[in-house]
Amino acid sequence: MLKLKNREALNNFRNNILSKHQEKDKKLISLCAGSGCGAYGTEKVYQTLTEELAKHNLQDEVEIKLTGCHGFCEKGPIMVIHPEGIFYPQVKETHIPNIVEKTIKNGEIDKSLAFKDHITKKKIFHEEDIPFYKLQQRIIFGNNGMIDPTSIKDYISVDGYTALDKVLFEMTPDEIIDEIRKSGLRGRGGGGFPTAVKWDSCRKHEGERYVICNADEGDPGAYMDRSLLEGNPHSILEGMLIAARAIGSNQGYIYVRHEYPLAVKNIETAINQAREIGLLGKNILHSDFDFDIHISRGGGAFVCGESTALMASLEGNPGRPRAKYVHTVEKGFRQSPSLLNNVETWTNVPVIINKGADWYSRIGTEKSKGTKIFSLVGKVVNTGLVEVPMGTSLRTIIFDIGGGIPKKKEFKAVQTGGPSGGCIPKEFLDLGVDFDELAKVGSIMGSGGMIVMDQDTCMVDVARYFLDFLKEESCGQCNPCREGIKQMLAILTDICKGNGKEGDIELLEEIGGMLQKFSLCGLGTSAPNPVLSTIRYFREEYEAHIRDKKCPAGVCKPLFHYEIDPKACKGCQACAKKCPEKAITGEKKKTHILDRQKCIKCGICYDICKFNAIIIR
Amino acid sequence: MGKEVIIDWQHVDTIIDKYNSNREALLMIMQDISDIYNYLPPEVIPVLVDKLGIRKSQIYSVATFYKTISLEPRGKYIINICTGTACHVRGANKILETLQESLEIEEGETTKDQLFTLEAVRCVGCCASGPVMTVNKETHGGLDRTNTLEIINEYKEQAS
Ligand SMILES: Cc1cc2nc3c(=O)[nH]c(=O)nc-3n(C[C@H](O)[C@H](O)[C@H](O)COP(=O)(O)O)c2cc1C
Ligand code: SF4
Ligand code: FES
Repeated sequence: MLKLKNREALNNFRNNILSKHQEKDKKLISLCAGSGCGAYGTEKVYQTLTEELAKHNLQDEVEIKLTGCHGFCEKGPIMVIHPEGIFYPQVKETHIPNIVEKTIKNGEIDKSLAFKDHITKKKIFHEEDIPFYKLQQRIIFGNNGMIDPTSIKDYISVDGYTALDKVLFEMTPDEIIDEIRKSGLRGRGGGGFPTAVKWDSCRKHEGERYVICNADEGDPGAYMDRSLLEGNPHSILEGMLIAARAIGSNQGYIYVRHEYPLAVKNIETAINQAREIGLLGKNILHSDFDFDIHISRGGGAFVCGESTALMASLEGNPGRPRAKYVHTVEKGFRQSPSLLNNVETWTNVPVIINKGADWYSRIGTEKSKGTKIFSLVGKVVNTGLVEVPMGTSLRTIIFDIGGGIPKKKEFKAVQTGGPSGGCIPKEFLDLGVDFDELAKVGSIMGSGGMIVMDQDTCMVDVARYFLDFLKEESCGQCNPCREGIKQMLAILTDICKGNGKEGDIELLEEIGGMLQKFSLCGLGTSAPNPVLSTIRYFREEYEAHIRDKKCPAGVCKPLFHYEIDPKACKGCQACAKKCPEKAITGEKKKTHILDRQKCIKCGICYDICKFNAIIIR
Repeated sequence: MGKEVIIDWQHVDTIIDKYNSNREALLMIMQDISDIYNYLPPEVIPVLVDKLGIRKSQIYSVATFYKTISLEPRGKYIINICTGTACHVRGANKILETLQESLEIEEGETTKDQLFTLEAVRCVGCCASGPVMTVNKETHGGLDRTNTLEIINEYKEQAS
């Protein structure tokens, strides 16, 4: 590719790509190659599709585009056939001959392969009509399903790098920061810190300034950053370029998890392409602006998502946080002024510059502007990534977009904010989700993980689970966090085993309060949140474990057993056939018997019974 | 412990040169070397000391801090079973148990034939497809007991 000499060259380049697009009025098959769909086998589908098209001699008439994540990962691999927007979920190799024959050649929809709505039971044929997508507002995530993330041309064709062009030639650094301030953008990495304030204070400190992207995404259950890195890497680069221009920086770093190989690869490709074409490097588009970006791969430590730990890790040291008497905007990476923002925050930046702060700030709530991508996972029908305006209610997200709870079970709680967050019970389903509302009910936005829990989730076990996670992840340098988490975990483990004592709940609250006050970094201060929020809303469940030695949800093995409800059992033998211990016996159409001595509480019978005849006692 | 590894010193040099012997890139250099041998052979540590100009203690402190680095030999296939929150509420523990039973090893161990190492990790970013595991760089989603065993068998066949 030729280096773009100036802004006119970029413009001509874009127009050239666009005119070529229009010329070829081709059919386009967009196939999701994100990690989620990949796990369900996109690669095999792609191979079969290529072969099948060749068999019909259609390879020149139909273009296949391997895109990033479309968000509806539950239904992967996802295929969308343009221009009609025909949507096929869960595509398998065996479906390909039919799709090519019917849809590609004859323009018919194969109804047997179409998407079936979980609630209305109706088939839906077009992407735009599916409730999961319809209720979203995808200003950040929308291009993921449209562009090939390994092609800079694709990004440029969707107005990519126009915001960079604008800030370089039409705006002063003050104006850039003002625009971000007016937009109301707050950081998407967890704390919701006003982005412009951070930029402005970094700019005021002298030295070699660094622009850094936090792509460490450690919150288990959240994967929007991964999808953006994989699906639209140039939008992150463009955001960083704009900030670099605004604060006067020439060097950027992306700190990304080694466990995200596809993200690393795509972002590497994007950087190389941007360098080749002259959008990274010296005198970008013939301006006086120099900027380049390097990648650093993290090593799977949750605490490295914390800003000071991340910078220690960038320097090649163990990622241990330091006290923040001096902020990283003053002394961060290499003791220099460093500006750290999260992946999703970066991708908001070009959108704000392109569409304007006025447009942007009309989306969202009074103090939380724009949209937020949530990863809607756990016990919900439509799992995936959901982008909605700030302030959208939990009910809309979980029930209208997410399709509610599978298997007719009951909603119990939603966990937001990961290990630093809390569990929100059903009383607050109508809460409009933004930074401040979540904090009011004892949780946090975090990076946007939303883990839905149903009646079969034990809240004490969930609290124990998060502490177990944090015990492994605490860097161990300060006492309150290292010892406090260990002690809280020991108490919770005892409770789950049936050895809970009166006073345990109060003790948990006390130690939790100590951690909140005296830990050095955010990991320790927020570690008690999952415990404290579950005590706040589900105290009776703790009490059942401690006093009655019962786990009402049937999770903590020593505290429950299965029984067969003779009224509900139809004698279908489904459970008897599947029980690995042969603990269930009974003749067809007669009430079965469960031998508690043999039962290992694996739960296979409970999951399999269609009549809810296996009950937890 | 199993067989001695034979180290391709030229390859190691290429990796270090790729990062211009930059000591800030220590972790990435170790990860790249691990990608070849599935662990960081202790024999390379003196070379790192020499080429990057850092102390041995620095290398050990980084190598032991980050989970992607192992100083013990690991199997040909490294199974990372996700026990992240989303996978946890969907029964990741049952998959972990299945793997432990069928491979006859505990979490963190390697099978005697050096074929599999089983590690529990927290979220591989495919949360909507959970429960999930990765085997080396391949991801497998929507796991249940049956398909987990099938997948393991496929790797066994591949290796034989
Ligand atoms: C223990 C801990 C883990 C964190 N992990 C992440 C993370 O994985 N990704 C992220 O963007 N921010 C993470 N953060 C928040 C960062 O410290 C920082 O606030 C953020 O990256 C700033 O970017 P923003 O202003 O764009 O949100 C973490 C914070 C703590 C205390
Ligand atoms: S609070 Fe925990 S993770 Fe943070 S510095 Fe202290 S010990 Fe390390
Ligand atoms: S929680 Fe398992 S992949 Fe994220």
